[in-house]
Amino acid sequence: MNAMVRALWNYRGFIVGSVKREFQLKYRNSMLGATWTVLNPLAMIIVYTVIFSQIMRAKLPGVDSNFAYGIYLCAGVLTWGLFAEITGRAQNVFLENANMLKKLSFPRLCLPVTIVASALLNFSIIFGLFTAFLIISGNFPGLPFIGLIPLLVIHVIFAIGLGIVLGVLNVFFRDVGQLFGVILQFWFWLTPIVYPISILPEGVRRLMAFNPMASLMNGYQTVLVWGKWPDWLSLWPISLLAILLCVWGMRLFRKHAGEMVDEL
Amino acid sequence: MGTITVTKLGKAYKQYPTRWSRLLEWVDPRSRSHHSLKWVLQDLNFIVQPGEAVGIIGVNGAGKSTLLKMITGTTQPTMGSVHITGRVAALLELGMGFHPDFTGRQNVLMAGQLLGYTVEELSRLMPEIEAFADIGDYIDQPVRVYSSGMQMRLAFSVATAHRPDVLIVDEALSVGDTHFQHKSFARIREFRKQGTTLLLVSHDKQAIQSICDRAILLNGGRIAMEGDPEAVMDYYNALLADDQNQTIQQAPTVDGKVQTVSGTGDVSLTGATIMDAKGQHIEVLAVGQAVTLRINALCVNEIEDLVVGYMIKDRLGQAVFGTNTHHHKQSLHNLSRGDSVVCEFSFEANIGPGTYSVAIAFHAHDTHVSKNYEWRDRALVFNVINMSEVEFIGVAWLPPKIRCSK
Repeated sequence: MNAMVRALWNYRGFIVGSVKREFQLKYRNSMLGATWTVLNPLAMIIVYTVIFSQIMRAKLPGVDSNFAYGIYLCAGVLTWGLFAEITGRAQNVFLENANMLKKLSFPRLCLPVTIVASALLNFSIIFGLFTAFLIISGNFPGLPFIGLIPLLVIHVIFAIGLGIVLGVLNVFFRDVGQLFGVILQFWFWLTPIVYPISILPEGVRRLMAFNPMASLMNGYQTVLVWGKWPDWLSLWPISLLAILLCVWGMRLFRKHAGEMVDEL
Repeated sequence: MGTITVTKLGKAYKQYPTRWSRLLEWVDPRSRSHHSLKWVLQDLNFIVQPGEAVGIIGVNGAGKSTLLKMITGTTQPTMGSVHITGRVAALLELGMGFHPDFTGRQNVLMAGQLLGYTVEELSRLMPEIEAFADIGDYIDQPVRVYSSGMQMRLAFSVATAHRPDVLIVDEALSVGDTHFQHKSFARIREFRKQGTTLLLVSHDKQAIQSICDRAILLNGGRIAMEGDPEAVMDYYNALLADDQNQTIQQAPTVDGKVQTVSGTGDVSLTGATIMDAKGQHIEVLAVGQAVTLRINALCVNEIEDLVVGYMIKDRLGQAVFGTNTHHHKQSLHNLSRGDSVVCEFSFEANIGPGTYSVAIAFHAHDTHVSKNYEWRDRALVFNVINMSEVEFIGVAWLPPKIRCSK
């Protein structure tokens, strides 16, 4: 474990370089360049907040604010986006870099680390814009905003663990990647992101306890929409699950890293 | 510094009868194995000493690439171990980590870090890398506008920017144009001189013989032969003849070299001599002398087509000249058992002073690769001395007519 971390540290330059490269790659050869990094998410936030609040006049039951539904939506969609980006890319990371893995000897964990770092970079841009919007529109939650940090930490650990497990499994069983794409779709709609949990019938609402993402999303929404601290108690199942997935992912990776190259 | 120790190395790939068997194996609590092992390499043992250059040869699928991958550490061995001391550089595939949309300089930084250099090292080495790749202003252009040769040159410069203790080179060393090939080979030679251990995989006979101290022949996943490059190359050449019922023998000759004889034995060499214009047997030739190579053979079985060929090799085993009766449209046909055959090749020995050997072959078609009756390396050895011509060097005698004026 220690050796793994040290190897990654030695390759930190490569990881930083890869993240930088990935970031630049998106906007290379475009005239507006890095401006697009801001314009794209900005458009998304405007759609969710302005369109839903001003044009469709969607209201969140129990909150008397024009922007409430838009903020509710953003709180879920943006953070879900981070989760989907990490897991979605991690599951293909070994397959996509097959040639490099076969021909070069370097710490393989550089690849998933790069993905997480670059997803976090993208997320911080879009979330920064969202925060600016909250401040400007007078909806900034205040002190409970700090509560987002532990939520994000759990969230990212959960995504990394799941991503590595999927990434390793996907090398041996290609069905995993396809299957997870389908599951991710259902998972999104079965989590109260677009709709409030209150519209669900009582029986279904209790089932949400088994959806680890629901408690996280609820946490984000509590902070951003209602300006309250998240319900810490509801977060321990996902924290436990996140740690278990990470441990399992690392064990799976260490056990099959050698065989993986043969299979690529 | 710079040793490679390979001990009892073996590699097998798992083969599952169906796609479901692997899943079954993973979830089966009795941990029964549901796969069979396909061994591609077995029981390899060798040591490469510091500063030594070793060539690895073998037909396609002999396991050369797998061996290199295990030595560089990308693939895990199934059995045994590889132990390397010193800093390793592997040129298995050039241009890994290059992205077409970034400039040469940016790519050097990324690819270099992937190879284990630090940023400081790279910035220090950058002028040297640029100079060696010799691509001029292109260094600040995106790599997608490079020609493939330019890309390879840059990649080679990065990979060899720093002298490694162990250098592992896969066959594709035909980097760029001839000029750059010479340059890259010169760099490898220079590394060798400074003490770098070299492991080279190649099909190129010249490359192996000119640079390696020792060669290892892989065949069917095992070491078929190990030793002096020339003898190993001759054996490899014999192996190339894919006839199943042929035998290969190697025996030392009086001068301490190894003679390789292979083939089905359907035709057997009974005599080979070089004669002067008067028909006298000679062993020492003068440069430019008119001589005749006479080959006698006996048909042990009935032979439909017979091609007789010979190849003159210099003291390093490099081919100087070779041809056969097929190319000269003089193949023999429908020979019966017990027939003896005489072939005479008359030519002028326009070759430089030195020792030469002659390999003689009998086969059915244009090359010995199919239906090889007999191939005998070093069937004959002769010397060439310069008795009457002007002083010159080299293996070829190309007398010039000179006109200088001022």
